[in-house]
Amino acid sequence: MNKFKFDWLILPLVGVLIVLSVWHGVAGKKIFVTDAAGAIIEEKRIGLIPDLPNVVETWTSSLPYIKEPFAKRGEMDQGILRFTWYSLVLVAQGYAIALIIGVPLGFFLGLSPTFTKMFDPLIQVLRPVSPLAWLPLGLVLFMRAGPEAGTYAALFTIALCGMWPTVLNTAVGVRAVPQDYLNVGRVLKLSRWKMLTKILIPATLPYMFTGFRLSLGISWLAIVAAEMLTGRPGAGGFLWQEYNALIYEHIIFSILTIGLVGLILDRLMSLVEARFKATS
Amino acid sequence: MAFLDLQNVSKSFGGHSVLTNVNLSIREGEFVAIVGYSGQGKTTLISMIAGLLKPDSGTVTLDGTPITGPGPDRGLVFQNYSLLPWLTVYENIALAVEQVFPQWDAPTRQAHVDKYIAMVKLSHAKDRLPKQLSGGMRQRVSVARTLAIQPRILLLDEPLGALDALTRATLQDEIGGICQSEGKTVILITNSVDEALLLADRIIPLTIGPGATLGETVPVNLARPRNRTELNHDPEFKRLRAQVTNQLLSFNSTRQTTLTRKLILPDILPEDLDKPRVHRPPRRLSEEKSENVTIA
Repeated sequence: MNKFKFDWLILPLVGVLIVLSVWHGVAGKKIFVTDAAGAIIEEKRIGLIPDLPNVVETWTSSLPYIKEPFAKRGEMDQGILRFTWYSLVLVAQGYAIALIIGVPLGFFLGLSPTFTKMFDPLIQVLRPVSPLAWLPLGLVLFMRAGPEAGTYAALFTIALCGMWPTVLNTAVGVRAVPQDYLNVGRVLKLSRWKMLTKILIPATLPYMFTGFRLSLGISWLAIVAAEMLTGRPGAGGFLWQEYNALIYEHIIFSILTIGLVGLILDRLMSLVEARFKATS
Repeated sequence: MAFLDLQNVSKSFGGHSVLTNVNLSIREGEFVAIVGYSGQGKTTLISMIAGLLKPDSGTVTLDGTPITGPGPDRGLVFQNYSLLPWLTVYENIALAVEQVFPQWDAPTRQAHVDKYIAMVKLSHAKDRLPKQLSGGMRQRVSVARTLAIQPRILLLDEPLGALDALTRATLQDEIGGICQSEGKTVILITNSVDEALLLADRIIPLTIGPGATLGETVPVNLARPRNRTELNHDPEFKRLRAQVTNQLLSFNSTRQTTLTRKLILPDILPEDLDKPRVHRPPRRLSEEKSENVTIA
């Protein structure tokens, strides 16, 4: 039991401490230059990377956002959970679009060799394109949509980037359905619809959920990029606006928040995934 | 007129002839066992009867109608059970029953499924998933699923191949009993001569490929019900077993063996185990500078 605690609690904490101390070591520090009378002449930052805020500064500066996570002081000055919530809502919408398009596309790719030959090269070209590259195209596409253009562009980017893992995993899953199961369906003369709902979809579910998990990760990556470029309020938008406002502590704070939320989303999805793997 | 009729059926895969000129005719209600070595086209043959594969040449007809595709009139019990792992025992069978008897109402179907689950003695496990069942139980479910669709002919493709000897014996008796009471036409594919003798009315050996075909039929005129312990002392059983076994062995003696690959032996020399064990790399033939040859 002791050993167990050591493995999952002490060792990770040691790792975090090491990284924090390295960060604190290279980060800058504010000092005050005083004259003989003790009056402050100027304040300046010293250290290896003078402009990098240190651990204490980051903590004290972020505290208001953590203490009142749902506060709304202004458009770009809100509690961190409120920002995260905005981002999550947008991700959820984009992710839903990605799944709605991705799953049928994956099934077509898995079922039809002709379809695969037609579209697979195209998919392989589009897949590695970064969210940052899709967003301007999205803005152009929805330019005439009025004030909501930024939202549509962000959804477009999330859906397009987050779709691929679902598409490819579903396709692999469909191709990996054992011939025996298909033979059962053939002997029983199942209709196409029954073949799909009774055999293909259940057999593909574990693969699909792996795709869903990876898609969610990419959607979360894309949202930050989309918010940064469109300036929407949210975890990524907050990061960019604090960079422009020269409050560097909040950049680090945002990065940590984005990372933690991403981790939580991934853990939640793996729980769901494990459930589906267990039942099949 | 034969019930199931195969005329000059041939099949090859990628230029390799698997079966050539297979002729087989089976009467209604007959239990035929096809015995042969592994990998000689037994499964190919039964897949063609089931309609999962199309013969390259020749015809397969069931009751005068040519077989063009798979269908529930021929119940195939798969070698590897092929139960759908996300459905329970009951659901696996119910899926088949719903598909084949859509005209029945729900209570009729339910009673029908329950009847066949009871027939294979699995009523206590009907809500379990296949992964919670042993191999023998899974094969029972598979048999029940096939019988429940009431096929006109039952195709058993090495149904007991993956089971241990004891389970195998129990299931042989059960399948024998069920087939006897249902009076079904059955084709059993097996590699066990004893299993064939225990169950079948007629044994047909499959010769060895490439281009395997069916050998000479051996009728089994042993009285039913057959008891495996009594059979072991039956002179007729012994004679038949010798006959079928010899026939199968004679195919093997004509098999030609050709070496198509160069054998590459591992580049390693034996260790002297009398010497104390120390950590050292293995001796390699290619690295030996000189070889000591002792002449006695």
